[in-house]
Amino acid sequence: MATLERDLRAPAAGRRFGFVLDRPEWLGPLMIAPAVLYIVAIVGLPFLLALYYSVSDISMGRRTLGFVGLKNFISVIPTSKFQTSLQNTFVFAIVSQVLVIILANILALALLKEFRGKWVVRLLLLLPWVAPISLGTIGWLWILDSIYSVINWTLEAFGLITADGWPMYLGKPYLAMGSVITVHVWRLLPLATVIILAGLTSIPKDIHDAAQVDGASFWRHHFQITVPLIRPILLVALLFGLVFAFTDMVVIFVLTRGGPYDTTQVLASLAFFTGIQGGDLAEGAAIAIFLFPLLLAVAFVFLRIARRSEVT
Amino acid sequence: MAIVETRDVRKHFGDVHAVDGVNLTTKEGEFLVLLGPSGCGKTTLLRMVAGLEDPTGGEILIGGQVVNDLPPRARKIAMVFQSYALYPHMRVFDNIAFPLRAQGVPRAEIPHKVEWAAGLFGIEKLLHRKPRELSGGERQRVALARAVVREPAVFLLDEPLSNLDAKLRTSARDELQQFQRRIGTTTIYVTHDQVEAMGLGDRIAVMQGGKVRQIGTPQEVYDEPADTFVAGFLGSPPMNLLEIPDCLVGFRPEHFLPKEAHESRDGLLALKFHISRIEYLGADRLLYGALEGKFPDTKVISKLASTVSTPVQPGKTQDFAVREKDFRFFDRETGLRTRPRPV
Repeated sequence: MATLERDLRAPAAGRRFGFVLDRPEWLGPLMIAPAVLYIVAIVGLPFLLALYYSVSDISMGRRTLGFVGLKNFISVIPTSKFQTSLQNTFVFAIVSQVLVIILANILALALLKEFRGKWVVRLLLLLPWVAPISLGTIGWLWILDSIYSVINWTLEAFGLITADGWPMYLGKPYLAMGSVITVHVWRLLPLATVIILAGLTSIPKDIHDAAQVDGASFWRHHFQITVPLIRPILLVALLFGLVFAFTDMVVIFVLTRGGPYDTTQVLASLAFFTGIQGGDLAEGAAIAIFLFPLLLAVAFVFLRIARRSEVT
Repeated sequence: MAIVETRDVRKHFGDVHAVDGVNLTTKEGEFLVLLGPSGCGKTTLLRMVAGLEDPTGGEILIGGQVVNDLPPRARKIAMVFQSYALYPHMRVFDNIAFPLRAQGVPRAEIPHKVEWAAGLFGIEKLLHRKPRELSGGERQRVALARAVVREPAVFLLDEPLSNLDAKLRTSARDELQQFQRRIGTTTIYVTHDQVEAMGLGDRIAVMQGGKVRQIGTPQEVYDEPADTFVAGFLGSPPMNLLEIPDCLVGFRPEHFLPKEAHESRDGLLALKFHISRIEYLGADRLLYGALEGKFPDTKVISKLASTVSTPVQPGKTQDFAVREKDFRFFDRETGLRTRPRPV
């Protein structure tokens, strides 16, 4: 008896920490703490700082910081540079996302079918996503270069363009916007495809069989059965993509730096050039957070719709 | 209405012969049940008739026409799935209307037809609900209504009752049969449940290993099994099998009764039965034990109806008997039925 009692008591004293991990009310917070810390330190604090900068008169090389209210916004919003960038931001984000969703749907449907060499296609498809984006974009810089463009070399070799008629992909306003959108689509397509593919595989096979037996044509099947059933996940993909397109500037920074004549300048790149390279931190911050209320609203609406259209 | 015929239909998945040369012909308006254990190929066969799987070989005919190359929508069939496969994002009305819209039925006729189909199954009040707001039995009716609404030539049902609870299943079985009799559409019904098969089918095709072992009326497959598989698969508990010098002899548990319980003493084969365990099932008792004497240590089961009043006790050896005409004989090698011989 005595030994039994001792055995029961011993671990309670010796392994108290082990038992803490058995209690959900401790384990949960403990597990999530690193993520919370990470987000607070890397995203939360800089964001709050940016909010404060946007209503201050801070600039590089000054050690004082004064509150100026909405002065930064009032001074930057009417400028033509800002107006152009705002317009470009919407064109860039919306056109690229429309393309991404359409192409990702097609790709995901194709990848759902069984065919030989499917894993190679999947691998190739994921490459743009796993490769460092700046590296991939530098590759595109070469592909779209005014002198070394392989596209132009190929087109000329096939006799489709002449040597003096080479398109300047990054040098002409509309072509430049087309180019940055193309590269951005190339880059976001894998993620959207994988998300949609996940949605498609979650639809029970019986539903597709039933639709087939019920006589649905391809289009009816797709738009009345498949798309409504993946709508929640489609909206999540779209939300990710839109927020990304509204806030990211890597592609534009590497390819055009906002040029020619600001025709590919978006708010994110304008904020960078004004705040970091131009040294006007306050105005840069104001530009950067200008779209924040809009993005918040977009995220809110999308998540509401996604929740409402959850079907099972 | 149409006759469905399969000619030497095969389906191979690599080395697995899921369906291995099936020849079947339904009769006009017949209720044909495909019965077999899981993995016997019955669902694959049904899916090939539906056009959801391509046969590896053979021909499928519906209404005299070879339909191998026709897509499901051109085969004039309707199918009810085990999971019901209702479209979860559509209301019941739109679920039932979906096949009509897909076939281009004029818009004005659709509400009328949907109400007719819903009326057949008593679900008119559910038309505005989503599938997730329905009970299992209601979902099953919606699935049936969706199948009926376009008045198909053939109904294909894949275990439509297996997701219902036992009580509901009995009443659903009854309704299903009445409904099929009323509309008289040729129906192929897949199940692994022999009670369902016996109760519903005009004829039963018993399948195993991708082949049809026997096809016949419920009485034929039960009373005159074509081989030992059918003898063992149908009946609960299965047929008892004894080895005699050149073949196997089988008899049903309900024919293996205490000697006194037989009405006549003529044509009886007496067997000493050592009872080891008795299961009381209400209407029946199952007696587990082994034979003694001529067939030592052969395990057999007796099924006594509650009307048999002869006392039986576990641990005792009692005189039991089987009528000789209830014996069925099977070849020891092939398992097929052979001619009767003295036991």
